[in-house]
Amino acid sequence: MKNKKILLLFAHPSQHRSEVNAEMFKLATSLDFVTAVDLYAEYPRFNIDIDKEQQRLISHDIVIFQFPLYWYSTPAILKEWQDLVLEYGFAYGTDGEALLDKTFLCAITAGGKKEAYCAQGYNHFNLRELLQPLEQTATLTGMNYLPPFALYSSRSATVENRLDLHLTQWQNLLHALHQDKISSQNTQAMITLNSGYQELLNTNQVTKTTNKEAL
Amino acid sequence: MTIYFVQAFIYLVAAVITVPLAKKLGLGSVLGYLIAGVIIGPITGIVGQETITIQHFAEFGVVMMLFLVGLELEPKMLWKMRNRLLGLGGLQVLITTGIFTLIALVFKQPWTVALAIGLIFSLSSTAIVLQTFNEKGLSKTEGGQNAFSVLLMQDIAVIPMLAFIPMLALPELIEAAQQVQSTAEHHEELSLVAGLPTWAYASAILASISGVIVLGHFLSRPLFHYVASSGLREIFVATALLLVVGIAALMSLVGLSPALGTFLAGVVLANSEFRHELESNIEPFKGLLLGLFFITVGAGINFAILNENLVLIISLTLAVMFVKALVLWILAVIFKIKDSNRWLFALSLAQAGEFGFVLLSFTLQNHVIPSGLVSILQLVVALSMFLTPVLFIVFEKVILPRYQASNNQKDFDEIDEQGTVIIAGVGRFGQIVNRLLVANGVKTVVLDHEVSQVENLRKIHIKSYFGDATRPELLHTAGIESAKMLVIAIDNKEEAKELTHYVKHNYPQVKVFARAFDKGHSYELKLAGADYTINETYHSALELGGEAMTNLGFHPFSVEHKKSAFVKTESDASAQLYKQWQHGSEGEKFDPDYRKLFIQLEESMKLAMSADRMDKHSSGERGWTPPPKGYENKFDE
Repeated sequence: MKNKKILLLFAHPSQHRSEVNAEMFKLATSLDFVTAVDLYAEYPRFNIDIDKEQQRLISHDIVIFQFPLYWYSTPAILKEWQDLVLEYGFAYGTDGEALLDKTFLCAITAGGKKEAYCAQGYNHFNLRELLQPLEQTATLTGMNYLPPFALYSSRSATVENRLDLHLTQWQNLLHALHQDKISSQNTQAMITLNSGYQELLNTNQVTKTTNKEAL
Repeated sequence: MTIYFVQAFIYLVAAVITVPLAKKLGLGSVLGYLIAGVIIGPITGIVGQETITIQHFAEFGVVMMLFLVGLELEPKMLWKMRNRLLGLGGLQVLITTGIFTLIALVFKQPWTVALAIGLIFSLSSTAIVLQTFNEKGLSKTEGGQNAFSVLLMQDIAVIPMLAFIPMLALPELIEAAQQVQSTAEHHEELSLVAGLPTWAYASAILASISGVIVLGHFLSRPLFHYVASSGLREIFVATALLLVVGIAALMSLVGLSPALGTFLAGVVLANSEFRHELESNIEPFKGLLLGLFFITVGAGINFAILNENLVLIISLTLAVMFVKALVLWILAVIFKIKDSNRWLFALSLAQAGEFGFVLLSFTLQNHVIPSGLVSILQLVVALSMFLTPVLFIVFEKVILPRYQASNNQKDFDEIDEQGTVIIAGVGRFGQIVNRLLVANGVKTVVLDHEVSQVENLRKIHIKSYFGDATRPELLHTAGIESAKMLVIAIDNKEEAKELTHYVKHNYPQVKVFARAFDKGHSYELKLAGADYTINETYHSALELGGEAMTNLGFHPFSVEHKKSAFVKTESDASAQLYKQWQHGSEGEKFDPDYRKLFIQLEESMKLAMSADRMDKHSSGERGWTPPPKGYENKFDE
């Protein structure tokens, strides 16, 4: 099985206040198969280096956007990044095949409660629905889209001691992605990767045992 | 005359050889001087009786040291530390003095001698301890900070001790001395107050002290200002010496301790903008004189006495160190100093100190302690100082490892203490840098060689110091060793370059951020080792150019991106130009090849701004170029 290289593009404009994202980013930085990029640190003036970013995309197999959800979308620099880097002729259009067959997902923190993100809740849509522009961007550029890995009620996560569990899940997820154990087929029906987390673990075990059998 | 040269030569040779060696061996410079003295004195017998005369002269180093101690003590800082100073330091001095006095009484010493001994052994060695803290990076630890407060309190306590000890004089010793004196030629001590009635004497003393404070506060600034604006360095040094010598003379004339006077003057000047300059001027004199003092102490050690009383002296030394460490340990428990810091605090201050020597020779002069006892006690003080490095080694190798294991489990602090940034030159450029840093809680030390500039800044409450930042001594007193960064914004191109080179060479851990005048200068600074350079007019010119384009009808957002494309092309070009410039011949760095390259790069700049990249994008606004017309139909295919 081929090990996958992960590009983590992290966007958080106010990191000294961050309780969850900063920890997640720190954890990802410690893994040698993850290239962790702090976009606001690298481009504090938004002067994104298009060539460099395109090169990064080419040399990785999995692309993750990590961000706190801002108005049902990414913080500004990630939108700027998309507008600049996903050029015609690179990501789409004639000869635009640089991203073909790569995997894409978002790792987000949402302030609202889980119950708010449904048709009956005040946000009216679930998280996966709200992120449809990104899903479609992935589809148009030929990438495999995975549902988001999300933390709801993120402002109270530390007080309610939910952070450690989330970080463990995050670490397991990154390892599973690296080992190519998660495909868009078996996650297609999920709203977030978290909800199918147990199943993922099980499939991991299954693949592990099959590996052993193969040996 | 010849004999003075020969003597000076001997002392200097001894110091030059042994002090660096002692430092290399981790013994510290004080021990180095003592060893030098031992070698030229008792061991080889090169120097003899004249050491006593030299010692009196060298004691002036102590006066200077107290002036410098005073300079370090801003009244505000003193007030902040008052609890630790008086509580921890005061108790240490009182309890230790008490215990040693009692022990001496048990050994049947007269109470005056016992008390003098108690006072002498209550003091520790500021010189050894602070230097070792600096060398081993322990200054910022809790144990180190508390030890510093105790040392400070001891240094301050020396002043009343110097005033108090003459009152303990033994009548029979005075008598003996007077007999010797009456047979010898009689010297009348120069004094203004001899023969005055008590009330006049008291008012003379009061007048001198308040004179030092008032004049120090009001007159010294205009004086230093006047001298500094003349721009003659040696005259500034002379003025600094004049101040110290003058106060010492005044105090001696009215029968007070010169050390007290200069200490007061130091405190008065601690807030002054001339503080660092004064420090760096007096420091070398103090260092040499104190060194000389320690050499004479070493030279005066009597090996005959040491041999006769070897067991006594060694057991006394061990007892002194044990008692001192015990008192410190108990105080550390009371003041809740914990773990390894408690050990550091107790072990580091367990020796007797250089002030012990000073007080011992002072007690001898004032007929407080008989000379036989003084020479034994001197050996005890010296031996305890010799043993101090051993205690530090014990702390590092035995005690620290025990606590480190448990410390490692603790999480790192979120924000560690910010290192100081030294800003050299605080004209229009340095000022803005300083304001930004200070507004964000970064500690800065601001230096400028323009007196008027420093004065203006002080008027608007920007703390700055007069001094030439290109001088190593001033950088040292400004704390370059522990600084994180030096910002160079001085007006002299050459000096900026030399300063960069000096700092990067001697303190490679300090980041140097330098303001350059132009491209050539920025290359020179980079070559000298600067970590970051910026041309002083580059960004403001860019801003004005951008505003001009906006006014000429370009869209502001597009102007912003033209600017950033300009910056990028320019910085790529700059790297190439730097390489070319480095290859250029000495003296003619801007040779024809360089010029040709520069012209080429200007051309490429124009291209970058205007040319479309193969129907794709212009690099001035790459990325917002829409996809080609009609592209939408291709998706249906």
